[in-house]
Amino acid sequence: MNLFCIGLSHHTANVATREQFAGNATAESIARQAGCAEALLLTTCNRVEVYAVSDKRISTDEIARCLMAKTNRDPDNYAPPFYRYEDNKCVQHLFRVASGLDSMVVGESEIFGQAKKAYESARTSGAVGPYLHRLFQRAFRVAKQVRTHTDITRGAVSVGSVAVELAQRIFGKLSECKVLVLGAGETSERTTRALVSRGVTDLRVSNRSLDRARELAQAVGGRAVPFDDWTTQCREIDILLTSTASETPLLTSEILAPMLWQRSDRPLFIIDIAVPRDVDPSVNELEGVYLYDIDSIRSVAEQSLALRRQQIAAAEAIIADHVTEFVDSISRGLNRFSQPTGHSSLGENPLHASDL
Amino acid sequence: MDRYLLIISTLCFFAAIVRTGLSLRARTFQPSRFSFLAIGLGFIFQTAFLYVRGHALGRCPLTNLFEVFIFLAWSIALIYMLVGPAYRLSLMGAFTAPLVLLLQGFALITPIDTRHLVSVPANSWLEFHASMSLVAYGVFALACIAGVMYLLQERQLKTHQLHSIFYHLPPLTNLFAAITRLLWWGFALYTVGIVSGFFTGHPLPRIQVMAAIALWLLYAAILQARHLKWLAPKRVAALCIIGFSAALALLWGITFTAELHHLP
Repeated sequence: MNLFCIGLSHHTANVATREQFAGNATAESIARQAGCAEALLLTTCNRVEVYAVSDKRISTDEIARCLMAKTNRDPDNYAPPFYRYEDNKCVQHLFRVASGLDSMVVGESEIFGQAKKAYESARTSGAVGPYLHRLFQRAFRVAKQVRTHTDITRGAVSVGSVAVELAQRIFGKLSECKVLVLGAGETSERTTRALVSRGVTDLRVSNRSLDRARELAQAVGGRAVPFDDWTTQCREIDILLTSTASETPLLTSEILAPMLWQRSDRPLFIIDIAVPRDVDPSVNELEGVYLYDIDSIRSVAEQSLALRRQQIAAAEAIIADHVTEFVDSISRGLNRFSQPTGHSSLGENPLHASDL
Repeated sequence: MDRYLLIISTLCFFAAIVRTGLSLRARTFQPSRFSFLAIGLGFIFQTAFLYVRGHALGRCPLTNLFEVFIFLAWSIALIYMLVGPAYRLSLMGAFTAPLVLLLQGFALITPIDTRHLVSVPANSWLEFHASMSLVAYGVFALACIAGVMYLLQERQLKTHQLHSIFYHLPPLTNLFAAITRLLWWGFALYTVGIVSGFFTGHPLPRIQVMAAIALWLLYAAILQARHLKWLAPKRVAALCIIGFSAALALLWGITFTAELHHLP
């Protein structure tokens, strides 16, 4: 029996290619059509992969045909960029995928949930048996260990998540933070929602158009503040998120400095995602004020990604240990199992599904 | 025999530092229980040393600069064990262990473990005064460590340069709350220590008393300025470092003059 993985991902295929193979099959249909003993289908926006166990070799083309949408394209004359991993390599690949090492944004944790969902779906349909069960349970364990023992998931990589991460580094719990959203654009709405998802409840929205301010305030559970009053809010707020279309800075050191005396030493975190900027850069020089414009937010995101990339070696080491241990445990299990029946030792074979 | 206990204790703190240093160098710093356990073990050996030395002297082992430094290192480890878990375990340990190592290493290397030729009689008020003051110094040391962590975090946030350690430091407001609490606790203990000094029955050198009161006034001024919001958190954090440096200098001076005047 063979354990293998056949698939395509953002590394090998563009979205147009990937979408031809996504959503047309289920784990059960693949197992039935291709004649696999067990099969599991992992489909995300970045990958379509089939993990399967079979007692005969199943070609990549056969799996591709199972996955392919019914189009006018002649499947025999079409060579999609599928990759194929077998035995140990398949185990290693799955562990890397589940840990987020193979993701477009290294270390993203969404793939873990997607893999779990794919496993549950395949298990419910009866396409997963003992082999894939053990493999995936180990993969989830490895992913958790990688997340716990490395910084691979640390740091934020989008505007919203960077804002939330920095706010948490300054204030700890965000539930007691007062937030003023100045300007009601799409990015500020997304960032506001990210802050709300982390517990922010005191939310004020100000915009030149009061109607638009009310609209956003209602959408995010805040209250609208007249645009003329927004500067006075700086006396009591903790986070200012600004993204207006103003051509000149709305907030300068001269305006803010006198108000800082009345803030009882609470830090003020300003996220300025407007271009041109709404807040004069000199504001960052003021004591207790932390100003981040769009460039510095991008810079933080890049630093986070760089930090995650530095963790890859540590994560790979954990995965390598698990692959060896997993393969060894399977080999030991097979030797114990095979001795009475006189099967050949696994020492000659790396890993086959029968080893499982 | 007691020195061996101290050497083992020092090695435990050294192990905690090496572990942290290696993980920081590999940029894979992770809060682990190793530092906490290593410091805990170091603390046990420190306690054993103080017990053995105290038993041999028949009194609280605070008779020379060597013992004072070890007692201070023990106080710092004790306060860390008490308050460390409330914050980030190993990170506060990462800052605490080097300070303890510095004190113990210095005490072990330099020839300051001079024995009194005559047995020094025990004086419970004097022992209480000295030990309470040193525990207060331990609290000030932790406030100093929290101050260093605050300035490190603040600097990274201001300059937008976030390093691996950034994600393991506590939030700024939590750190500042910790600094404030530690300052109040240290100040209260130090006040008790100073007041108890007047009941020792021994005339203390004037310079020693003046210096101790000056340090008390420095911490009182920091707390008062903080209470009146005259000082920004960043300045309070910096003053915690200055305050503890002054406390260490004072400690040296007090012990030196005590030995000079053959005080118990």
